[in-house]
Amino acid sequence: MADTFQDDALRNHGTLLGADELVLNMGPQHPSTHGVLRVKLKLDGERVRGTECVIGYLHRGVEKIAENRTYQQFAPYVDRMDYVAAVSNGLGYCEAVEKLLNVEAPPRARVIRTILTELQRIASHLLWLGTHALDIGALTPLFYCMREREEILKIFERYCGARLTTHAFRIGGLQYESYDGFEKDVERFCNDFERRIQEYVDLLTGNSIWIGRTRNVGVLNAADCIALGASGPILRAAGVKWDLRKAQPYAAYDQYKFEIPTGTNGDTFDRYMVRIEEMRQSRLICLQAIENIPEGAIMGKVGKVIKPPAGEIYHSIEAPKGILGYYVVSDGGTQPYRVRVRPPSFINLQALDKMVRGHLVADVVAIIGTLDIVLGEVDR
Amino acid sequence: MNPTLHSLLQFLQTWWVELTCGVVIVAVVPLIAGYVVLVERKLMADMQARLGPMRVGPHGLLQPIADAVKLLIKEDIIPADSDKLIFWLAPVISMTAALTSMGAIAFGPSFQVARDINIGILFVLGVSSLGFLGIILGGWASNSHYSILGALRSTAQLVSYETAGGLAVISGLLLSGTLSISGIVAAQEKQGVWFIFLAPVAVFIYLVASIAETNRAPFDLPEAESELVAGYMTEYSGFRWALYFLGEYANMIVVGSIATTLFLGGWLRPFPNVHWLNWLDYIPAVAMLLLGVYSIYRAGKQPVKVQTGFMWAVALACFATAAVFAVPWFVATLKFVIPGLNGAFWFLLKVAAYIYVFMWLRFTLPRYRFDQLMHLGWYILIPLAIVNVFAVGIAMVLEALGWSRWLALVPTTIVTLAFAALLVRWHDRRTESASTASLAQDSYAG
Repeated sequence: MADTFQDDALRNHGTLLGADELVLNMGPQHPSTHGVLRVKLKLDGERVRGTECVIGYLHRGVEKIAENRTYQQFAPYVDRMDYVAAVSNGLGYCEAVEKLLNVEAPPRARVIRTILTELQRIASHLLWLGTHALDIGALTPLFYCMREREEILKIFERYCGARLTTHAFRIGGLQYESYDGFEKDVERFCNDFERRIQEYVDLLTGNSIWIGRTRNVGVLNAADCIALGASGPILRAAGVKWDLRKAQPYAAYDQYKFEIPTGTNGDTFDRYMVRIEEMRQSRLICLQAIENIPEGAIMGKVGKVIKPPAGEIYHSIEAPKGILGYYVVSDGGTQPYRVRVRPPSFINLQALDKMVRGHLVADVVAIIGTLDIVLGEVDR
Repeated sequence: MNPTLHSLLQFLQTWWVELTCGVVIVAVVPLIAGYVVLVERKLMADMQARLGPMRVGPHGLLQPIADAVKLLIKEDIIPADSDKLIFWLAPVISMTAALTSMGAIAFGPSFQVARDINIGILFVLGVSSLGFLGIILGGWASNSHYSILGALRSTAQLVSYETAGGLAVISGLLLSGTLSISGIVAAQEKQGVWFIFLAPVAVFIYLVASIAETNRAPFDLPEAESELVAGYMTEYSGFRWALYFLGEYANMIVVGSIATTLFLGGWLRPFPNVHWLNWLDYIPAVAMLLLGVYSIYRAGKQPVKVQTGFMWAVALACFATAAVFAVPWFVATLKFVIPGLNGAFWFLLKVAAYIYVFMWLRFTLPRYRFDQLMHLGWYILIPLAIVNVFAVGIAMVLEALGWSRWLALVPTTIVTLAFAALLVRWHDRRTESASTASLAQDSYAG
């Protein structure tokens, strides 16, 4: 007996007091892993020594399904990946297939697409802000964020009848004309929204507990971001001014003036500030866009049966969570030969281990929150 | 007469008031705690632009009862590898400690179970601290990682914040010169001022420490939902969980009562010695009357007949209470109960205000991280509390030397506040340098 005890003590050298390292299994059922993410944490006390992410609990084989559906039939499926930013997913897919077909959506369709996508970006960031604040212990912002998100979802509902998985766009343009009072709804939302953002800022930005919980937590510098392929607000918070809306403009982004907010430290606080500022910029884009929506057709010249010429295309857009890319291969048939998605959440999630090491358990949830992952997109 | 029966009767004759009070506490406090939960949910809903519980009874007034019934009939789950005896015992300890400490608290001049223990405040502090034993044992017995982490956090938090809270209580005791609860209130009556105005720093320290002691946000780390699922309560369900929950809310009432007794003038009405303000004594009756009128007004707006009826019942209860408050004014033989009734009213009002501050902070603030909590406790609150005790002590000495009390306390309070500002600056500088140091370390590790 005594010998065993000694062996154990020897084996456990290197940790505090010679104690065992605790392996804590966080998830897949856990209040703040944002879905069914499972993280195995190796803890020394409450300090994280290592992590291992287990994903795939929400795997539905979206990419494989694409091979057995026509191009149009697959469009609703992409809404189910990042289900809190379905419009953005749809935009990326539709534009990718349009590129493959070598058609362009008419200007009116492109502007309406831009407005809806920017509203979706605001909605996605609002959900992120609410849940992130809730993870850190602030209960109230969640409900304020949900209140504003509701306004956006109402606009979606009036536009296409669906709130969450909207399937708002079609390959070649739009199926639905914008409804009467669309501009007015968007304008009303945007006018209110500036004041509402100020509410969140008042609650959180200057709060010393909030700053203490987010400053220097989960730092990811520019070099690491690029090495890990992290994109979106995470990359911009590290100081890299990279936004596909400016770098390779799609939809109608080249017509509007907006800034790309960047941070300096690449910590959780900077990511928070970047996303708050992005919401402001999205609001400005919407306001510019509704001023002048061109008249004309909303559907480009696309046949009932889509048969792109054999070939392959990669098209990427700046989704709320980062770069969302679609790689579509056509063999000339009505069904894609292969669709590969580059989901921002999946690739950003790689950074978790690097960001979490050396922090406390409480920071793990803050960092998962700041990565802004959606498990539907991670697992696909 | 049978000697046993005789001695029993004698016992009852001597102790019947205390026994009745005890029964009232055990029977009523869980109910009050349940309604504190409802009030909290309603306030939270109000601040979050939603309605809160609305379904059970008008405006959700019967929600606590529905919750209690639900919890009672839930399946009783004990984890397979848990320490069953301790698992069973832990929530009971938590709840018992909270209820026992209430025994020494005076809810008004005439409602106190253990009347005039000369170490009343000490008893309350000591017994209510025992509640932590329940948390620690419960976390340990559950045999779950989340539970044990919650229990460990709770232990560390208790040690740090009981110290600060205790030191804050000492400044109050220095001012009153007694440990007896009625003595403390009597001292405030005699000096004509609530101690909150004499020792504001101590009140602030006690507020922070008592939030931490009751595991409320922003110090709710032992049960931090987003991190540790439910902390030490993770494996508990049904009525055991309810015991923990009620214990927590009963504890809130206890710390609220201590703060009220010590700093907010206990059961004294505002300006107890100013005679032209004697009309304030009518407020309890008038307030209950107005509440009843408001209930009738709301009754007309209820969508369902049952709810209207219930609202009328609430109104009647309010009127009945108002009558209880009012009748002694008109019946000469009952005049002696006025101080007791009014005292209870003011006391509960102050406790409610104190608990409201708790809730308000909870809805507004994010949660501290564990190391930040410890920093705040050991680097700021405890040094500040020690300095504050010395400052109040020096003021007492100056008073003994013939200074007036205000003249002595104002400069010492200013010195304490200056020290607090200094501490916060030191703290900020230290955390800044610490964070840059850890950054440098990280870049090497990368």
